[in-house]
Amino acid sequence: METLLQNPWFVIPLRIVIVVGFVLTAVPVLVWVERRVLALMQIRKGPNRVGPAGLLQPIADGIKLFFKEDVLPEKVDRFIYFLAPAGFLIPVLCAPAVIPWGPDDRLTPIADVNIGILFLLAMTSLTVYGIILAGWSSNNKYSLLGGLRASAQTISYELAMGLSILSVVLLTGSLSMREMVLNQQGELGLLNWHVFRFFPLGLIATGIFLVAMLAETNRAPFDLPEAESELIAGYHTEYSSMKFAMFFMGEYASMVTISAVMVTLFFGGWLSPLPFAPFTWIPGPIWFLIKLGVFIYLFIWVRATLPRLRYDMLMKLGWLRLLPTALVNLFLVAVILWWRS
Amino acid sequence: MFAQILFVLMAIVIVVTSIGVVAARNPVRSALNLVANFFALAVLYLFLYAQFVAAVQIIVYAGAIMVLFLFTIMLLNLGSPAELADRGEIKRPITWGLALLFVIVLAGGVFARLGEAQPAQDDLGTVQMVGKFLFADWVYPFELTSILLLIAIVGAIVMAKRRL
Repeated sequence: METLLQNPWFVIPLRIVIVVGFVLTAVPVLVWVERRVLALMQIRKGPNRVGPAGLLQPIADGIKLFFKEDVLPEKVDRFIYFLAPAGFLIPVLCAPAVIPWGPDDRLTPIADVNIGILFLLAMTSLTVYGIILAGWSSNNKYSLLGGLRASAQTISYELAMGLSILSVVLLTGSLSMREMVLNQQGELGLLNWHVFRFFPLGLIATGIFLVAMLAETNRAPFDLPEAESELIAGYHTEYSSMKFAMFFMGEYASMVTISAVMVTLFFGGWLSPLPFAPFTWIPGPIWFLIKLGVFIYLFIWVRATLPRLRYDMLMKLGWLRLLPTALVNLFLVAVILWWRS
Repeated sequence: MFAQILFVLMAIVIVVTSIGVVAARNPVRSALNLVANFFALAVLYLFLYAQFVAAVQIIVYAGAIMVLFLFTIMLLNLGSPAELADRGEIKRPITWGLALLFVIVLAGGVFARLGEAQPAQDDLGTVQMVGKFLFADWVYPFELTSILLLIAIVGAIVMAKRRL
């Protein structure tokens, strides 16, 4: 077993299967959780017919999507129309490759590169191509508007997100995701996490990242690219059957990925919140998954709570509120670090 | 062996997509070819142990600049290639001549120094080395470039404001 785990031809495909497999299996579970939780919050019943507590509903939905007619509109740009869903899903599935799930580096991450966080940013910035190309190639004004909105929104919020990540990079002095987690280890437990560093600077960076992460994944209250009351379904209006399912899967998979980034950067990754006995018995990956679940729940909670923003409000929030705050915050973190050194 | 196969593959992708950028009739297709080109180029940077440069290449060029390009192309709706066609008869031979001259100069430069080529240093493209180069050895050119970019931004805003 040990020699097998040393062999790169065996262990790298295994890691890929673990990470991509986890993200893809998380998607149907997430859809079920979202529908049940939204129903609970809105005092409805939610899916409860297929299987116990509606657990088999996502499988039924998947089968339905597979057997649906694949409608190809007449005036689409065929090549790009077919390319777009893949162009969205593939970067989303590549992104979690650098996230470490536990202290043991044999099974995750797939590649522990020293520029981990940059790789992640590169992959998440590529997802916008799928959306913008889907909107353009559909040859439909609602789709095009959705695509344009998505690209403007992603670029605007990427800046604030990048600046909040930079403060973590300054604290760690490295771009490696593993180093970032190890930097949060200490006797104080959760008080050592980046979110509580230099109070309230770490907290502000976390808040900015939280808002930016909702906007980057096009989730409520920033789901303007698919605002159904004005754009029908935005960029995926003309997509049906499995091509629509790929956009759907991509959105949920990117929720999982970005939540994992949040946990790794600010909430101590696989570290246990209290560094003594009963808590340290629980292995690292379990802590990681628990924290991941909390943030995914937060996504759903926000969707059930907040109304959608207007387009000009979205831009104002991104450029005039988040970006200056993030800049000042980063500057203060740098000043404190310089003072101490 | 694996590296050589990957290099040849990426070289083919770069050549094909470079031709695609200028040959595609549709501006959106041209832009997409350029994105694919940036990708293959980023892989070549990895061969030179320049992980940082490779990641920045994708984040800045593919992730930000080309998205803005696509945005502009779609907003201007440059869909019909007939309107973009160049009708000048004198321009065409001059263009070809200049392109040929460029290829000759480039090829000459490359072949003249081919013998001096050395294996890449394995720490040349790391964050630490790039940072040291930019902020210690080459700090004045670097700051001058940033001022140049600032002037361009201010100029763009002035031009846009005049039309408002």
